[in-house]
Amino acid sequence: MSSQEPRFSGASGSTPVLDPEVEPRTEADDVFAPEVQVHEPHRIGLPPIGKYVQGVWRRREFAYELSRTTLRAQHFETAFGQLWMVLNPLLLTLVYFLLVDILRHGRHGPAFFAHLMACIFAYNFFSTSVTQGAKSVVNSGRLVLNTAFPRILLPLSAVLTGFLRFLPTIVIYAIVHAISGLPVEPDLLWVFPLFGLLIVFTAGVTMLVAAAQVYFRDVSSFLPYVLRIWMYGTPILYFYHEIPGNLQYLIEANPLTPIFASWSRVIDLGLPPTPKFLLWSIGWSVAALVVGSLFFISREREFAVRL
Amino acid sequence: MPSVSEQPRETAAGVGTTAVCVEDLSVTYRTTYERIPTLRTSLMRLGRRERAVREIEAVKEVGFEVPRGSVLGIVGVNGAGKSTLMRTVAGILPPTSGRVTVHGRVSTLLALGVGFNPELSGRDNVVLGGLAAGLSRERLRAKYDEIAEFAELGDFMELPMRTYSSGMYGRLAFSVAVNMDPDILLVDEALSVGDARFRKKSFERMRDLCEHAGTILMVSHAMGSINALCDEVIWMHKGRLVMRDTAEAVVAEYGRFLDMGETDVALLEDV
Repeated sequence: MSSQEPRFSGASGSTPVLDPEVEPRTEADDVFAPEVQVHEPHRIGLPPIGKYVQGVWRRREFAYELSRTTLRAQHFETAFGQLWMVLNPLLLTLVYFLLVDILRHGRHGPAFFAHLMACIFAYNFFSTSVTQGAKSVVNSGRLVLNTAFPRILLPLSAVLTGFLRFLPTIVIYAIVHAISGLPVEPDLLWVFPLFGLLIVFTAGVTMLVAAAQVYFRDVSSFLPYVLRIWMYGTPILYFYHEIPGNLQYLIEANPLTPIFASWSRVIDLGLPPTPKFLLWSIGWSVAALVVGSLFFISREREFAVRL
Repeated sequence: MPSVSEQPRETAAGVGTTAVCVEDLSVTYRTTYERIPTLRTSLMRLGRRERAVREIEAVKEVGFEVPRGSVLGIVGVNGAGKSTLMRTVAGILPPTSGRVTVHGRVSTLLALGVGFNPELSGRDNVVLGGLAAGLSRERLRAKYDEIAEFAELGDFMELPMRTYSSGMYGRLAFSVAVNMDPDILLVDEALSVGDARFRKKSFERMRDLCEHAGTILMVSHAMGSINALCDEVIWMHKGRLVMRDTAEAVVAEYGRFLDMGETDVALLEDV
């Protein structure tokens, strides 16, 4: 069997061993599995970041495949499956619209409905990613115990799953946007960088929660409550400019506020985000990513003995 | 059982070069007593000023080399640090001090094998496991039939793994590990998978692998397999390397240590 043909080793080691009778591996192989691996203690509890990121990139197919199989288990590939997944945030929007509109004596117009829907869909992406991601490491126990790979792929794959689930909701929103007669102008393109920032922020939080779940298995039980309160504290069920003055500082301290306020402003008013909020959005996202990933990476080598 | 340790293996790829080099390796890790650690119990413990974290010095200053194309057996009582050593060689656990150098691609069959998600089919699990191990998609596609055929699971490959019996589970795990073209195979007590026929087949497959310059590190309590497969055996006790010699010598000494006669040792098959 050719698969058992011996190969040369030490391609990048100090003493390369080249055997003329040995067929070299294909290039893809060399990229995907380095020939010489050295396992040494990490000085500050962190592996060399550059190498780590490289390893993550090499195995990106794994994160993708994991998302795909997760979605397949939820029947995402069928039309009905997708409809079902859209139904949940859609009904949530209707429920909240009813609730908020009744509380406001029905003074809201179609622009508010569009705002509510756009924000709930985006928040739904955030909360499903975090919820799924929280259990991503713990639920992959066997794989973590048996295989050496960058564990960060597990929460990142959960974010990817959340994103793929978010995609079909765009269609629903687009219809509502058109019916509401909201502006479609070049400034609407701001949704892309803004959602990008939300993805980065979500990834950071997901990694943090996924690592915490390994140490405290009840984190995922608290999570729905935290996420619900977080949603109420974010300008989703109301416009940002409606926040009463005495609560302003609380809402402003919420890292999601600048992203969602800008998101609503771009979508609903067709205006670019204010520079202040844009900078805050970038700041919070980058901070979440750095804190979340460094915490996760510094802990991930312990996961095998904690599962 | 005849031992293969006397005859040096004649293989094409550099006999005598090192496949795995373990230098002065120590592994200490912290783990918790609790089966399911929760924030709630941690907070309650905080009030009582207790700690549930314990440091375990699993491997202490162990050093050895494994030449390419040879089989190293690792024996020792439970808790001797064998599995920790294997995990460190695989790169799953970090060394606390020392260094492990591995030349070539490692395939692991440690304790639980593949199948990390019982809701997914055998096929999905094989693909995910392979991708995580760093195989390319094309390569996996090429390998998949081989894996399925070797595991002899037939239609079960398309069913969720929760429908598998434990023997089928083990067979698939073994099949994945040996069919991933490993340069180095790490096996932790996995020779006892499946029925007698599959066991024989997997035994032969491992022999086949080392005939072709593959290197195997195996942990086993089955002294018969150790004797038949290994060129060299190390005996670990309480994290330290106690003895390193030919299979017969170590098995005999280890048997004496376990306070059993030769016949008992021979009977120490996969019970």
